[in-house]
Amino acid sequence: MATMTMIQALNSAMDVMMERDPNVLVMGEDVGYFGGVFRVTEGLQKKYGLTRCFDTPIAEGGIVATAIGMGAYGIRPVVEIQFADYIFPAYDQLVSEAARIRYRSGGEFWCPITVRSPYGGGIFGGQTHSQSPEAIFAHVSGLKTVIPSNPYDAKGLLIASIEDDDPVIFLEPKRLYNGPFNGHHEEAVVPWSQHPMSEVPEDHYVVPLGKAKIVREGGDVTVLAYGTMVHVALAAVAESGIDGEVIDLRTIVPVDIEAIVASVKKTGRCVIVHEATRTAGFGAELSALVQENCFYHLEAPIERVTGYDTPYPHAFEWEYFVGPARVIAALERVMED
Amino acid sequence: MQLSRDDLLEAYRRMRTIRAFEDRIHEEFAAGEIPGFVHLYAGQEACAVGMCMNLDDNDVIGSTHRGHGHCIAKGCDVTGMMHEIFGKADGLCGGKGGSMHIADLDKGMLGANGIVGGNPPLAVGAALAARNLKTGGVAVSFAGDGSSNQGTTFEAMNLAVVLKLPVIFVIENNGYGEGTGVDYAVGCKDIAARAAAFGMPGTHVDGSDFFAVYEASREAVERARAGEGPSAIEMRITRFYGHFEGDPQLYRADDEVETLKRDFDCLKKFRARVTEASLLEADQLNAVDDQVARLIDDAVRTAKAAPYPGPDALERDVYVSYP
Repeated sequence: MATMTMIQALNSAMDVMMERDPNVLVMGEDVGYFGGVFRVTEGLQKKYGLTRCFDTPIAEGGIVATAIGMGAYGIRPVVEIQFADYIFPAYDQLVSEAARIRYRSGGEFWCPITVRSPYGGGIFGGQTHSQSPEAIFAHVSGLKTVIPSNPYDAKGLLIASIEDDDPVIFLEPKRLYNGPFNGHHEEAVVPWSQHPMSEVPEDHYVVPLGKAKIVREGGDVTVLAYGTMVHVALAAVAESGIDGEVIDLRTIVPVDIEAIVASVKKTGRCVIVHEATRTAGFGAELSALVQENCFYHLEAPIERVTGYDTPYPHAFEWEYFVGPARVIAALERVMED
Repeated sequence: MQLSRDDLLEAYRRMRTIRAFEDRIHEEFAAGEIPGFVHLYAGQEACAVGMCMNLDDNDVIGSTHRGHGHCIAKGCDVTGMMHEIFGKADGLCGGKGGSMHIADLDKGMLGANGIVGGNPPLAVGAALAARNLKTGGVAVSFAGDGSSNQGTTFEAMNLAVVLKLPVIFVIENNGYGEGTGVDYAVGCKDIAARAAAFGMPGTHVDGSDFFAVYEASREAVERARAGEGPSAIEMRITRFYGHFEGDPQLYRADDEVETLKRDFDCLKKFRARVTEASLLEADQLNAVDDQVARLIDDAVRTAKAAPYPGPDALERDVYVSYP
């Protein structure tokens, strides 16, 4: 075991997989010589050479398309799109090609690519460096979408994603790269070394896709979250005094419906938290699933705590970013009924 | 067109304003005063100003994440820009755009743009609008070497030629797309030649030479105004700071920036040229330096004191109308 930040854990996942499988390679903007703008790919080019870890021009559509072509012929590319906000030129390739190549070829081709991308707010990135686009990937059949919340899960989920034979969108909450963050921006930054999930095996292990984790057991209300919002939800539950059960979804497609249903049937209440805009956000899907599966167990309307339906504003970082206060307010509302 | 002494003084004022603005942002960012990401334009001033001295408010420019210089060159209010970067309610965009997204309709500033390759197609659209609306205006897309590798840029260049639009593609080649060198990332090395392959004139200029930039820009703007179609200018230039503030710049040689500041500083070159030719006196230039310094001081002081936007502004301007 070693103590790792999320950056180090992600780096270790790629290192382990490149060591084990000569067909795993890493590509993207500034990932090679520079080691990635967030340092996630640091040292990989030096260790594995220019053919296994290489820089690309700034051309997201071309990068992802090339990865798909490689994937169709046996390579397992791990692509970095430097910010999730830059992924949209590649969206056509992901939707029209990666997600469908298996279906339309009757299972002959498939696309074992992993597209890593830092996402989310809390870093004053403004509208082109803070977005949370998970729902637009979750909406596309054929893609899997994974979002870790801590170093241990990040490494295990990334290895599982690379080993997975389907295309995986792997969204990394960049506010969590260097430490857990519970939304209390006024407090001192906490390093990962003070968090138990920073204890990470140095070797190969897997956190399976599609398995949620109960990060706090409770009986009053189920709180569904992923990414940075797991930490915000935990803080909100602790501060509210309400006995919330916090579930870290870890993978939103496939989503762990069994874990969600079991919890909501136990608590009878549900609060969903995400950073992304509200309308047609992934919270809408979660809300529908809970309603379909737990309707007769619900004692209060399901609450969603989300970003506002606006672009990410430069001047409103902490109004837009969901913090514990807004989650506490939702917890209190569901407990009223 | 011959530049008058007034024009030269104005060009110097704009370039000096950009330099002082960026140097000050560098300091304020390091002191933790500025939220968000900033990408500084210092070193590239002659590119923006040499082009924009050929434009008026009727013409449109599109810009990049490294957009402060283009805004200032196009005449955006420096105080309003500073307030915007600080995220204040009276910033040029109400504090909601920030450094990477400053726009100003009145000044023909279509916007800085956080997406590499985002603005070239927008500039093509602005040029087509100008032609359809018979404004007489031209559009200029400022982009970088990194942007020149994006498919959007290729599409924009081809469409501009097909429709013979009054648009100019300025590619400021500062040697690095973020942290990756042009020698690696641009396959054919010659971006102007690549633009020319789409069917438009493509030229190179030394981007640190204001006069060379001005002349090349003048020809391209005249051609566009005359309805003869698009052109491209690759301006070879450097940036004095990192890709973003905080960039450790491990991809640059230790003495690279110092050497460039000594030998490749557009402001030094301009000053030497105009004083040696007795076009302007050193005293005149020094007076501009002082005025600019005061302007920037005042802008920072008022930006720090200005209020943030109120909560009612958060959801404003998402739509023009919403039932």
